[in-house]
Amino acid sequence: MRRVAWVVFFFLALVALLAAGLTLNPREVPSPLVGKPAPHFELPLLQAPEKTFSQKDMLGKVWVLNVWASWCPPCLVEHPVITALAKTVPVVGLNYKDAREDALPWLKRNGDPFQLTVYDISGRIGIDYGVYGVPETYVIDRKGVIRYKHIGPLTPEASQKKVQPLVQELSR
Amino acid sequence: MRKLLLLVAFLSTPVFSEDANLEKRVTGLAHELRCLVCQNQTIADSNAPLAVDLRNQIREQLAAGKSEGDVIDFMVARYGDFVLYRPPLKASTVLLWAGPFLFLLFGIWFLIRRVRKQAIPERQLSEAERARAAKLLE
Repeated sequence: MRRVAWVVFFFLALVALLAAGLTLNPREVPSPLVGKPAPHFELPLLQAPEKTFSQKDMLGKVWVLNVWASWCPPCLVEHPVITALAKTVPVVGLNYKDAREDALPWLKRNGDPFQLTVYDISGRIGIDYGVYGVPETYVIDRKGVIRYKHIGPLTPEASQKKVQPLVQELSR
Repeated sequence: MRKLLLLVAFLSTPVFSEDANLEKRVTGLAHELRCLVCQNQTIADSNAPLAVDLRNQIREQLAAGKSEGDVIDFMVARYGDFVLYRPPLKASTVLLWAGPFLFLLFGIWFLIRRVRKQAIPERQLSEAERARAAKLLE
């Protein structure tokens, strides 16, 4: 009888372990960049190639960096969420490995919520930010330190429960 | 003409072998790094655009004189330990490395316990059994 109890116990423990494993998302790799200064970049603007923008230009402000591309369907899915978020905090777009002639009409079609968008055609800055699946969203504080990274499309839930409270807290 | 061709071949050989050497180092490193887009492949095996970019990044850095260790540090700083196909031994990964041995120890302990429990105490034959055995052997 005791043996049966043990077997049942081990079986249930295994089930619990596997069930917990199923709720984890293997695609969400913790970023070593959280808590570190946002990597430096100086990139041309999507809309005005002769002008450049650097992450340093945002020092003193809490802001959000959103990596997107016109070839990325999940970016279209999260676009309304980013648009809503951009009403509460400055959002800078990083157009990743895209072509101007595709990216500009995409913004025209879907609306442009970004304060400005930088153009990273080679994806080199993406590598510095540890980007491996567009879209990705970073919250950066006044001192230029990355405080949060969201991988994949920003859900309304993640925006309301994580990004917005964090932005509010950092802006205080 | 033939001499000229030979000369060209001779002159281009060292350059070629240097390239081949670099490629070998790039491939060697690429086999150590995980492709984050297709997580069960190395960036050497994967043709995802990011894997191609990262291979180019490795090539650029090695060509610029950086060491293998420098390139690994560069990748870990951006993508974390997960990018390494061989996880490092750290406080957070101790269970990963020691786990199989713990299971082995548990198995041995369990086995010893089972075997001890099952050991049958030696039993002397009774007189009647002895007589029966002797009769059978006759």
